[in-house]
Amino acid sequence: MKFLPLILSNLFRHKRRTMLTIASVALALFLFASLRTVVTTIGAYSEWGSARRLVTTNATGIVFSLPLAYANRLSAVRGVDAVSWANWFGGRYGDGKRFFANFAVDPESYLEMYPEIVLPPDQRAAWLREKASAVVGIRLLGVFGWRLGQDITLQGTIFPGDWTLTIRGVYTVSDPLINDDMLLFRHDYLDERIGRAGQAGWYVLKIANPEEAGQVGKAVDDMFRNSSSPTKTGTEQEFNASFATMWGNVGLLMNTIGLAVVFAILLVTANAMMMSARERTGEIAVLKTIGFTDRMLFTLTMLEAGAITLIGAVLGLGTAKALYKGTNFNAAGFLPGFDVTVSTLVTGLGIALVLMLASGLVPAMRAARLPVTQALRHVE
Amino acid sequence: MIPIVYNVRSVRQRPVSTALTALGVGLVVAVFIGTLALANGFRHALVRTGSDRNVFVLRKGADAEMSSGLSRETASIISALPHIAAGPDGRPMVSPEVYVLVPLGRIQDTSKVTNVVARGVSDQAWIVRNNVQVVAGRRPVSGRAEVCVGQKLVARFPHTAVGDRLRFAGRDWEVVCHFTAGGSSFESEVWGENEQYMPVFRGEVFQSITFRLQDPATFEDVKRELEADRRVTVDVHRERDFYVQQSALLDRILRILAILITSIMAVGAIFGAVNTMYAAVSARAPEIAVLLTLGFKPRSVLASFLIESAVIAAIGGAVGCLIALPVNGIVTSTTNWASFSEVAFSFRITPKLLLDGMIFAVVMGVLGGFFPARRAAKLPVIEALR
Repeated sequence: MKFLPLILSNLFRHKRRTMLTIASVALALFLFASLRTVVTTIGAYSEWGSARRLVTTNATGIVFSLPLAYANRLSAVRGVDAVSWANWFGGRYGDGKRFFANFAVDPESYLEMYPEIVLPPDQRAAWLREKASAVVGIRLLGVFGWRLGQDITLQGTIFPGDWTLTIRGVYTVSDPLINDDMLLFRHDYLDERIGRAGQAGWYVLKIANPEEAGQVGKAVDDMFRNSSSPTKTGTEQEFNASFATMWGNVGLLMNTIGLAVVFAILLVTANAMMMSARERTGEIAVLKTIGFTDRMLFTLTMLEAGAITLIGAVLGLGTAKALYKGTNFNAAGFLPGFDVTVSTLVTGLGIALVLMLASGLVPAMRAARLPVTQALRHVE
Repeated sequence: MIPIVYNVRSVRQRPVSTALTALGVGLVVAVFIGTLALANGFRHALVRTGSDRNVFVLRKGADAEMSSGLSRETASIISALPHIAAGPDGRPMVSPEVYVLVPLGRIQDTSKVTNVVARGVSDQAWIVRNNVQVVAGRRPVSGRAEVCVGQKLVARFPHTAVGDRLRFAGRDWEVVCHFTAGGSSFESEVWGENEQYMPVFRGEVFQSITFRLQDPATFEDVKRELEADRRVTVDVHRERDFYVQQSALLDRILRILAILITSIMAVGAIFGAVNTMYAAVSARAPEIAVLLTLGFKPRSVLASFLIESAVIAAIGGAVGCLIALPVNGIVTSTTNWASFSEVAFSFRITPKLLLDGMIFAVVMGVLGGFFPARRAAKLPVIEALR
């Protein structure tokens, strides 16, 4: 610790260089944290899902619907506590440039199925009372500047025409992985307007015992195996995971870029450290002459490198964490729950240590091995 | 003007430092080229999908084939249009198509499913649609449960070899051929006969109708005529424009990401260049003073150091291009959120992209070299000569 002033004055000798190097490290780790958070968010989503919820879709594919009449038969299956259903609506608002998810759902059962969607009781009652009404996520409300009670018109892409809905509720979420960027309206209203087609996009089942998930799913699929619309039932987690895989090789891409970023900055820091060390050849010789050991000089150089990379890392990682938290970033609804995880922060600090080793090692060894007499010749 | 040889010799004095700086710039350029090659490849695949001579018809208000639906009556009204070109067999070149997504298991892990486009086409589709070529096997025969698999699906999904049986929609389909389509997104689809697909999917409904115009210039007339026709409710697009618009969302996201990531990286690399150049200037202070004493203008000194920095960066840029080149042609895939289906495409590095990368490198070098070069030009001569 008594050498702290020495390290500090070395760092401050070339203030600009130190600042620029710290800033490069900070930028690199900010970028690293951002890229990795994309991967961890997709990963978290693919593992998220209540163990008590199953999703039943049409076996032919996600875009095919199931008869509404299945609802009663599903609730009669042993082990199923509750049944709800929903439909992807695919409506566009305004110029359609800001995408958001909109679903037609069975309001009462859907809210019970998803306690994570928090809606004030009076707004819930209003939604249940009025057919052509909708509830929207708090974020979506802000995005479009809507207010409670306002009439909004969606253009249907799958179900043609203009759909005017009154906003009767604004929900918040108790779990950040649930999207607060959605619009939900009533399935009975959709069904009525399209001439009682009696179709649901998919069903969500609440099961009594998570351990029975496999059996219940099989029972459901067996029941409809020979009907006109066979089903495929899986846990909510499997359902989400199938969406997460739709991102394709994003993980690999992000990691590759992250690696390149870290490596590029390694070059910058290593270069800066080497330049500092070279300029100080004379000084190091003097320090050795007055009794500093080789090991001590090695440590001093390493600590200097470490100070630069660690300060940079803390700045970069801290900014990433604070920025995404502070702005409540969710990539326009595509990545709900975007938050820099502790594991990312720890990995980031690990990278800072590696940067320290890699950039400090050569100058530190050189300092330790410096032949004093030869170096002193350069001292002016 | 100070001869370039001076810079070259000076750079040789500090090879490691110069190499590290250049490599730093090179990596930024490599990421720049790599990410934009991804965006290029994606857009290219979708642009190639459409042709200027083709007209693409969807139900009014539908923004993708997924959400569209057209009746047989609509199809026959459109097929009777006089503007449609005649094929080699004399029949109108028109293809009413069924478009659905089917889940297929991945080759690595069959429990992970991907939504793949199954397109039911008429036998005219093979000549109407762009650049479609059967590369193995023969076209499906009308009336049989046979499919032709796009080349980009072949290696990635099981049961797609010619002669295999591919299972979807609750029945087996015999794979009778593979086809290419000039790298377009059709290569990520499974084509069968529309009349075969109809009963197993959505019944008596087409999702889109594509036809070839005799004269591409008549597009606006055809569009006006069809959209005014009371018997049909359709939106009429030029095929190419439609697919370009389908790629717009993801293309924009990819480009913004590429620019964002590389500009943050670039700032780091510029800082590196600034450090190197400042160190170079201070190490060479006496030399610079001599140059100034000899009568070289401060402007020349500034230019000389700027050029030195730019050249180091340009070397880095060239290295970056070399690092990035091997990704060209690598096939990757993602979901096109606009159509909800999977699109496979290749990274695509164009000469223009390489040039952009080089320009980007030189800009980084000039930015990084500017302040150090200015310091060199303003060096107090007498002090430095000591």
